[in-house]
Amino acid sequence: MTTPAGPAVIPSTVIEFHDVSYQVQSGRELISHLSLSVQAGETLVLLGRSGSGKTTSLKLINHLAAPSKGDVRVQGRSTQEWDVIRLRRTIGYVIQEVGLFPHFSVARNIGLVPRIEAWPEEKIRARVGELMQLVSLAPELGERYPRELSGGQRQRVGVARALAADPPILLMDEPFGALDPITRNELQHEFLALQKRLQKTVVFVTHDLREALLLGTRIALMEEGKLVAVLPPGEFVKSNDPLIAAYNEAFQ
Amino acid sequence: MNVLQYMLQNRVEVLELTGEHLWLVGISTLLAVLVGVPLGILIARRQWLNKPILGTANIVQTIPSLALFGFLLPAPWIGERADRLVILALMLYALLPLIRNTYTGIRGVDPAVVEAARGMGMTENQVLWQVQLPLAASVILAGVRVAVVLSVGVATIAAAIGAGGLGEYIFRGLAMVNNQLILAGAIPAAGLALLADVGLGWVERRISPKTAG
Repeated sequence: MTTPAGPAVIPSTVIEFHDVSYQVQSGRELISHLSLSVQAGETLVLLGRSGSGKTTSLKLINHLAAPSKGDVRVQGRSTQEWDVIRLRRTIGYVIQEVGLFPHFSVARNIGLVPRIEAWPEEKIRARVGELMQLVSLAPELGERYPRELSGGQRQRVGVARALAADPPILLMDEPFGALDPITRNELQHEFLALQKRLQKTVVFVTHDLREALLLGTRIALMEEGKLVAVLPPGEFVKSNDPLIAAYNEAFQ
Repeated sequence: MNVLQYMLQNRVEVLELTGEHLWLVGISTLLAVLVGVPLGILIARRQWLNKPILGTANIVQTIPSLALFGFLLPAPWIGERADRLVILALMLYALLPLIRNTYTGIRGVDPAVVEAARGMGMTENQVLWQVQLPLAASVILAGVRVAVVLSVGVATIAAAIGAGGLGEYIFRGLAMVNNQLILAGAIPAAGLALLADVGLGWVERRISPKTAG
C-alpha cells in the first residue's frame, strides 16, 4: 500500500508588498516604495518609531487603507481584487486600543466573527469556550463586560476574538503596548507558546526592540515610510547599519 | 372655584384634550424619528451633507410656530385639516434635535471600536446596526427627549388653528381673561412635559450603563 505524498514543505509567500506607496490626501507619503514578503507561519515584526508607517502598512494588508501606488497581495491575490469583507475575515486583527465592543459581553465579543459568518449557535458557544481556554481566560469571565476586565484580560479577549474564525493570518498592532511590564511579559510568552501551536502567519507591529527580538522570526525596520532592512533577530543585533545600530543602542 | 376643582369637574374634557395633545405629540415625534435618525446617519457618513442638512433644520427651528402653520396652510392635503398641519409642523421642529443627536452619537463612538469592527470584516450595515447605533442609542434617545418636551409646549399653539389639544383651554382662557382656564390647560401640559422628560430620562439611563467606561 502506498501512502500519498504529503504536501511539499516549501515556504510559501502569504503576504507581498510590491513597490507600495501610500499617500494621504494632503499628498504626504506615509509609505514609499515598500517591497516586502511574509512567509507562511512566520512572525514578521514591523519595528520602527511612531509615524514610521508600521500601522499604515498593517492597514494596507486588510485593506483598511488602499495603496496609492503598487500592489499588496494576500494569498497571491491583490487586495484590490479581493472581496474586502472576505479578505478581512481571512485575517485576524488585534489593535492596541483593543477595540472591544463595550456593549457586548466577553463571550459575544469573542464570538463576533463566527456569528456574522452565521455559524450555528452551538458551534459558536463551543468555539468561544475553547478560545477562552486557549488565551487563559476563566470561563466565568464570559458574561462580563469589557469595562469590568483588567488591561491584560482585555487584550486576551482581543486576541481570542481575532482567532475566533481560525484565520490563517494575524495582524497585531502593538497589542501589548499599553500593558504594565509584568503583564506584557506574560502575554508575550503566551503569544510565543500559542504561535508555536497555531503556526499562523503573523505581522506584528511594535516600537519595542526587546519585543521584536523575542517574538519575531524576522524583523523589518521601518523609518519614515521606508523599509530599512529585514533581518532575523540574530543578525539584527549585530548589524552595522547606522539606523539599526541606533535602535540597538537605544535599547541597551 | 380653584383650578383643581375646575379640572375635576371637567375631567372628561381635560382627559379628551390631553389625549388629543398626546396624539399630536406622539405621531409627530414618531415621524420625526423616522425621518431624523436616517438623516443623522446620512450626515455622519457623508460629511459634506452635514452643513446643508443641519443648517436647514436650524432655520426651520427659528420660524415662529404660528408663522409655520401659516406657511404650511396652502400645502395640498396637509393644509386641508388642522391636525395634519400641526403634526407636520411639530415634526419639523423635532427634526433638529434628532438629526443633531444621531449625528453626534454616531460620531462619538470610539473610532478604535469602529475600526476593529471594519477590520474584522463587518459590512457597513453590520457596523451601523450592531456597533454604531447601539453605542449611540442613549445620545439619540436624549434627542428624542428634547424633541418631545419641545413638542408638548409647541403643541399648545395647535389650538390657535383648531387642531385641539390642551391649548384649547389656554386660548379660551386668554379670550375670556380667565386665569383658571389658562392654568387648566397649562398645568396638564407642563405635567406631560415633565412626565415625558422623567420617563425618557429613565429609559436613557437604563440603556447607557452597559456602554459607559
